[in-house]
Amino acid sequence: MGVFPWVAWYGFRRYTAYPLSSAAEAVTNTVFGFMRAYVLIALWHARPALGGYDVADAVTFCFITQAMIGPVQLFRGLELSERIRSGDVAIDLYRPVGLQSWWLADDLGRAGAEMLLRSALPLVAGALVFDLNVPSAPGLAAFALSAMLGVLVSFAIRYLVALAVFWLHDDRGLQSIALVMSLFFSGMILPLVVFPGWLASIAQAMPWAALVQVPADVFLGKHTGAGLLGALGFQAGWAVALLAAGAALTAAARRKLVIHGG
Amino acid sequence: MAGETRPVRAYGLLAWTWTRAAAQYPVSMVLLSLSTAVVSALDVAAILVMFARAPRIAGFSAPEVLFLYGTSTLAFAVADLLLGTTERLGKHIREGSLDSMLVRPVSPLIQIATEDFSPRRAGKMIPGVVVLALALPRLDIDWTPGRVAMVPAMVVTGTVIFAGLWVLTAALQFVLIDGHGATKSVTYGGAFLTQYPMSMFARDFVRGVTFAVPLAFVNWQPALYVLDRPDPLGLPPATRFAAPAVAVLVCALAAVAWRAGLRHYRSTGS
Repeated sequence: MGVFPWVAWYGFRRYTAYPLSSAAEAVTNTVFGFMRAYVLIALWHARPALGGYDVADAVTFCFITQAMIGPVQLFRGLELSERIRSGDVAIDLYRPVGLQSWWLADDLGRAGAEMLLRSALPLVAGALVFDLNVPSAPGLAAFALSAMLGVLVSFAIRYLVALAVFWLHDDRGLQSIALVMSLFFSGMILPLVVFPGWLASIAQAMPWAALVQVPADVFLGKHTGAGLLGALGFQAGWAVALLAAGAALTAAARRKLVIHGG
Repeated sequence: MAGETRPVRAYGLLAWTWTRAAAQYPVSMVLLSLSTAVVSALDVAAILVMFARAPRIAGFSAPEVLFLYGTSTLAFAVADLLLGTTERLGKHIREGSLDSMLVRPVSPLIQIATEDFSPRRAGKMIPGVVVLALALPRLDIDWTPGRVAMVPAMVVTGTVIFAGLWVLTAALQFVLIDGHGATKSVTYGGAFLTQYPMSMFARDFVRGVTFAVPLAFVNWQPALYVLDRPDPLGLPPATRFAAPAVAVLVCALAAVAWRAGLRHYRSTGS
């Protein structure tokens, strides 16, 4: 077995080490799910069939969003940025494996752990109280794939933000811009279908749509046949493009670090 | 104790010290304040987008919901600035740093509350103030002196209720050390909830946030008086003026809980 499965496994172990803490986070995700669901229900009562969703779609969307917060890590960046700031990244760069692949493996392990510990509670609690649109087995398989691609795109974005520390030294400003973008343009605060025309078109073309909006639409069965392939292709395309940008930036950062070290 | 500093003075002194530390990086401080304001303004953006698609939601117009948003955000922002860092209690217990606070001659509550005190948190007030300034003239109501007086009064009582809830949820962490993730649903969750009219939510849910965790008194009950609306729960009109009493009660409860927690604190040991 290569090194990456081990890195992912240790990432998984690290993020399952405090199950009570994760359960507590899941409680808050669930409470927010309920509050946001009621707000969306009120909106869809005022405007039925808004954006091609019915009320059940909107409520399902809301709980999917809350279940995705952990795995796609909407609120936090990578630990890597702190390691760059403190210089610990030098140790990471000594390793005979790529920096990006190492952290990707670690992040996949983390996402698996969070999916296991944080995603079930909001969905189950939501399904107990509201009528959710749950897809059939093939739909669930497509959603699993889409969610995984969402995690990949999320990692690629956070990796680029983290690498910027090599040049900026203080990443907090950039982190907060990243936070605003990922909250608003992923569908986390409102489904992107609610946005008015031109804003919706822009939002749905940007990479953040791949984090929550696309997986939720796949879950709701809004894409079928070629449309489904197109949606998954959209996510995969952004993942490839952003990971390639990450690779290029890693190479540049390596040179930058040498200059820095004298 | 003779050498003990008075609480307000101690708070001011420590807060000033942390502010001066933050001001060592002035550009960073300004940018962070602005970004805090922008993140907090995302909720206004959501409300505006929703009202762009529907003129009235749950019987409320955009200026009315923005009025709720403004009062809630302003109250939460001030409480967060003053006491928000108390949510780190669990971390201090886990890392043992609470022990070192206990040997210093200032209340540990003040030490935790002022930790990392930064004007950056005040950035959250900006969207609240701006939205209130824009929404108040657009409210279609008869401004009697009572209603005019109620607006600042509800921001103050809302702040006190949130302040009490910060300390109360922090005190819970003496027992539930890993509970911070869940207590956020009362603090940040409360801040989100009170941005919207309670008539959007299910009856039992509203009963819960009226009688169990009294978030309905932060701005909803006083707002019913200002906006001259019937109460969906049908509570007596006096409830609309009960917020100050509720605020006192929440703070008393928080004080008891904090003292009890501190008294039973046994350190993480070795």
